[in-house]
Formats: sequence, structure tokens, C-alpha cells
Amino acid sequence: MPAFDLATTPIRELNQALHALSPGTNDRAFEVRNPRGSHAVAVGCAAPVAIAVHGPVGYYCGGMNAEAAITIHGSAGPGVAENMMSGTVIVEGDASQYAGATGRGGLLVIRGNAASRCGISMKGIDIVVGGNVGHMSAFMGQSGHLVVCGDAGEALGDSLYEAKLFVRGGVKSLGADCIEKEMRGEHLETLERLLAAAGMGGVKPLEFRRYGSARKLYNFDIDNSDAY
Amino acid sequence: MTYHNPPTPPRRSATFDDAAMAEIRRAAATGIYDIRGGGTKRPLPHFDDLLFLGASMSRYPLEGYRERCDTSVTLGTRFAKKPIELKIPVTIAGMSFGALSGQAKEALGRGATLAGTSTTTGDGGMTDEERGHSERLVYQYLPSRYGMNPVDLRRADAIEIVVGQGAKPGGGGMLLGQKISDRVAGMRDLPKGIDQRSACRHPDWTGPDDLEIKILELREITDWEKPIFIKVGGSRPYYDTALAVKAGADVVVLDGMQGGTAATQDVFIEHVGQPILACIRPAVHALQDLGLHRQVQLVVSGGIRNGADVAKALALGADAVSIGTAALIALGDNDPKWEADYNALGTTAGAYDDWHEGSDPAGITTQDPALAARLDPVAAGRRLANYLTVITLEAQTIARACGHNHLHNLEPEDLVALTIEAAAMARVPLAGTSWIPGQTGL
Repeated sequence: MPAFDLATTPIRELNQALHALSPGTNDRAFEVRNPRGSHAVAVGCAAPVAIAVHGPVGYYCGGMNAEAAITIHGSAGPGVAENMMSGTVIVEGDASQYAGATGRGGLLVIRGNAASRCGISMKGIDIVVGGNVGHMSAFMGQSGHLVVCGDAGEALGDSLYEAKLFVRGGVKSLGADCIEKEMRGEHLETLERLLAAAGMGGVKPLEFRRYGSARKLYNFDIDNSDAY
Repeated sequence: MTYHNPPTPPRRSATFDDAAMAEIRRAAATGIYDIRGGGTKRPLPHFDDLLFLGASMSRYPLEGYRERCDTSVTLGTRFAKKPIELKIPVTIAGMSFGALSGQAKEALGRGATLAGTSTTTGDGGMTDEERGHSERLVYQYLPSRYGMNPVDLRRADAIEIVVGQGAKPGGGGMLLGQKISDRVAGMRDLPKGIDQRSACRHPDWTGPDDLEIKILELREITDWEKPIFIKVGGSRPYYDTALAVKAGADVVVLDGMQGGTAATQDVFIEHVGQPILACIRPAVHALQDLGLHRQVQLVVSGGIRNGADVAKALALGADAVSIGTAALIALGDNDPKWEADYNALGTTAGAYDDWHEGSDPAGITTQDPALAARLDPVAAGRRLANYLTVITLEAQTIARACGHNHLHNLEPEDLVALTIEAAAMARVPLAGTSWIPGQTGL
């Protein structure tokens, strides 16, 4: 198993090695040790490999990931899995702000808490957070799912488009154009699938409430100017 | 004796002129601000307020038809493994597929490629046609991240992180629902027909310290091959340039308030930002203060129309210029041949600016298939290439007259200003004097 010790190896060597993987490579699993808050760890991966990062990472770990399964055995700095295309990123600890920002696909799992703006401008990514999320989460979320097993902070789903939000605990406040919606059977099925994929199959979908867009801000209307 | 009061001729107010009163009536009738495309329309200090001195006793000119005057420029020499080599110092500015038709984007690529320069994507992602027809393509990285993906990032020739643009420094954007076709909606991951808001701030970084880390991420994803541009509006050019350099830019793109937009509030276009003439010297001074002038390239834009504008921008210290509105005009925007259609829209050729409504008679700022089909991308691309060639030849003509064998050898000492304002902004002497007003300011 190729291993990279970031205490002695520049981040560029790690990322270049991951980018150089050819289809059918025998190297299917990588280890990263001593990240010590390094930025841009395992960014731009484009191969179905497993990457285990042992320790806390800085900004943008797993950025623009495609296909790779990245597990961070620690906490993640801002923008973990930003603009992810596919694959999975699992954060065993907490995540800082902008987790999963603009993600277009794949699954981001945060076992701890996520700070503000989790899922900001999400475009198809699925995010499951074991704990709480901070304010302005799913701001301008376009598509995908945000599942919060704990509480959500202020202005959840502000200016939301078509992203679907599920929260088990309390919501401090909803953002502009975000409303609570009926939880129907298909939503419970989706929720069950996402929780199982995140390794949180013990959590009951019926304990969640669903939030989505009221779609009142989809086309500019001067009578809605108070909402802007 | 009867006294007759002399008749007073009607006098219109200079403050409440026809345009001001019409806008008050329009606002009162509709309850919404005016949105339009393009750049500022108000008179501003501009390159026309500068003149070249030409050769004289102390300088000798170059022969126009025998002695070479080079026009090439390389962008991205600071950190990128693969800088962009351009034959001419005039690039095509970022304009989105969505705001523009597919044919218009193709034409821009064709024209730029024929002329040996680059074109730029916009807020909406990269199309295959655009990539295919653009030999050198700059991929914009915008707050909305519409269409952003690592495959396109890697097949770009450079990455331009957009912090702001001259028409609306500090503003986001809005593509109205009527321009959202199935394809545009698909590229932006949003339902068809809804207004697509573009955020004014990036979603995952705040400030130059974060941006430095964001640039590290983009460089790592692209294996340090691509030049990284940072585009800012003409706002605080000295500090914006210095901070862009600090954040790690290879190239700073500086867009004055004459720069166009696809759609923004008129009040924003006309009242926020500075004219490009006021921005170039502070930006150059920032680069000089950091010891990086010519190592970090400066591209300026906003109201570039002809070779004289190009030469003046370069003489003030820019490495290249970028054009948007002029490129659209070269393609056919506001062409008088569509006058009847413009009249039907309540306007006239030369004044049409409702680019956001998608009804462009010239087929450029539209997603209507019938209107878009009016633009032949091959012929339009040829027109753009011709225009780019002409303004380059014009700039060379001036440079030779000033005794320079490369456009980059033009310098502020080649210029004088016709007005005190222009002298202060461009930091060149008022014509006939040695006076440069406000020379100590940043």
C-alpha cells in the first residue's frame, strides 16, 4: 500500500501520484500520515481508490474528488470535499465551514459537527452530518440532499433552489424561501438509503423533518423585495 | 404705458434632464429598478483624453513597412508550468454561454484563434464548441461555480478566478428565466425557466489569505500547469492588485467601469467603480512596489475600442488588454442592418442594451434558436479576427512612431493628457506642461 508521510513529503508529491494513476492500477489503497492540517490533501482525484488520511487536515481536503473513497481519521478544515463530483469523503471528526460547497455528486459524511455554510451552493452532492450544522447551511442549495442528525443553526436553506434538507433536531431559523415540507414515503426511503450509506443505519428516518424551497423567489417579483 | 413681460423661452433642467425624468416615470410605473446589459454610458475620462507625442529630435521612429514591431505577450510566467503565449496583446474577456448564444461563443473562439489570442468562458461553464474552437481558452472560476468540474479545469489553458468585474464591483449576477434553455439549465444544475442568481462572493473562501489556499488547491488539482489569473473590478486598484499578487496570482485582470455585463441594475453600472484610466497606474505601481511588474502580468479592460486605446493602456504599464463589448460589436451586435427589429423592441441600433431579455435581433445575446441562427459563427469569427488584426496594426503604427520595436516598450513618457483629470488619473503631464496633478497619491 503506497504511503505518504506529509511530515517529510511535499503535498505535491501526494497529489501528483494520485493524478498519475492509470486505469486498472494495482495500487488501490493509499495512506497519508502526519497531515498536520495540511491544505489541499488528496485533491482532484479521478480514480476509484481508497485513501486513508490519519490526522487532521486543513482547507479543501478531497476537493473536486471523483471516484475516490477518502476517509479522514480526524477533523477537516474549511471546504472539505468542495465541488466533489463522485466518490465518498468521510470525516471521522468535525468539519469546518463550507463543507461540501458546490458539490455536484458523491457522498460526504461528517460524523461529528459541521460549522457554518455546510452544503453551500450544493449541486447534487449528498451530505450526511452526524451532529449539528452551523448557520446558513445549504445556502443557495441547488440539488442533492443534506441530512443533519443533530440541530441546524440560523437561516437554514436560505435562497434554496431544489436541494432537499432533512433535520432530526431543532432548526434555529429558516432562511429566505425555505419552508418545512411534508415528509412522504419516497423521502423516508431516500433518507433511509442515505443514512445506511453513511453508516448511520441505526438512526430512524421518522425522527427527521423535511425542508425545501417555497419557490417564491424563483422569478424576480418586486412584491418579494422584503425577502432579499 | 402697458408693460409687457418679455417671454421666457422654455428651459429644461440640467439636473432633471430627459433621461432622469424618464427613469423616474419608469420607476413609478413599474416599481422595479432598470436592468440592462453593457457598460457605463456616461461620459468619463478615458483614453481619448491622452495623446502620444511621437518621435522628435530626441527619439527616432521605426520604419512602418520594414522594421519589426513585436506584439507577442506571454501570460502566466510567475508560477505556471505552461504559460499562455499570445501573438497579440488583446484577449477576449469572459462572457458566458447562457448570456451569449452558442453561435456567438463559437464565433469568439474562432476569431480569437485566427488572431492568435485567447478567449474566456463565463458564468455557466465551458462548452465543447467553445473549447473546440478556441486554441487558447481561459476558464473562469466564479462564485456560482455553475458547470465547474475538474475535467474542464484540466482542459483549460488558464484559470481566471473572478473576484469582481468593472460593470459591478461587489455585485453578483442574474440570468433571467427567459434565457434559460434546457441546455443552459442543465449546465447550471437548475430548473429551466427560473432566474439564475450568481452570488457576489465565493462560497468557500473569504479574503486574500483564504484565496491563497484556494489557489494552492487549484494548482494542485492541475499539477501546477495552468496560469492562475485573478480578475478584479476597478475599485481599489493598488491594494486589489497587491493582494492578488500576495494571494499568488500569475496574472491580474483589471476591469474598469466601462466594462460590460450581461445584466445588472443601471444604477450599479453607472455609479459603482472607477474608469479604467484611473486604475492602470495604481495597479502598475503596486506591481512595481512589489518588484513584480512584468513578472506578474497585468491585463486591463473596460472601453477598449481601437489600437490607440491598446497602445495607451500598454504605455501606462499593462501587459495586455481584454475586450468584450468591442468583440460583440465586431460579431454584429447593434448592427444597423437590424434597425427595423431594434425599432420593434423600442430602441435603435447602437442603443440596444436589453441583453438580458433574450430578444437580441443580432442573435448574440439570446438563447432563442431562430434568433441565434442569424449569426453565422464562421463569418462572425472572421469579422472578429479582422478587427483584432486592425487594432493590433494600429497599435503597432503608434509604437513605431514613438520609436519602439515592441508594444511593451511603450511607456508613460510617450503620453500627455488633454485634461487635468486625465493627467491626474493617468499620471502623465498635462499637454504643454510638466505638471502631473496628484503625483504622490497611490
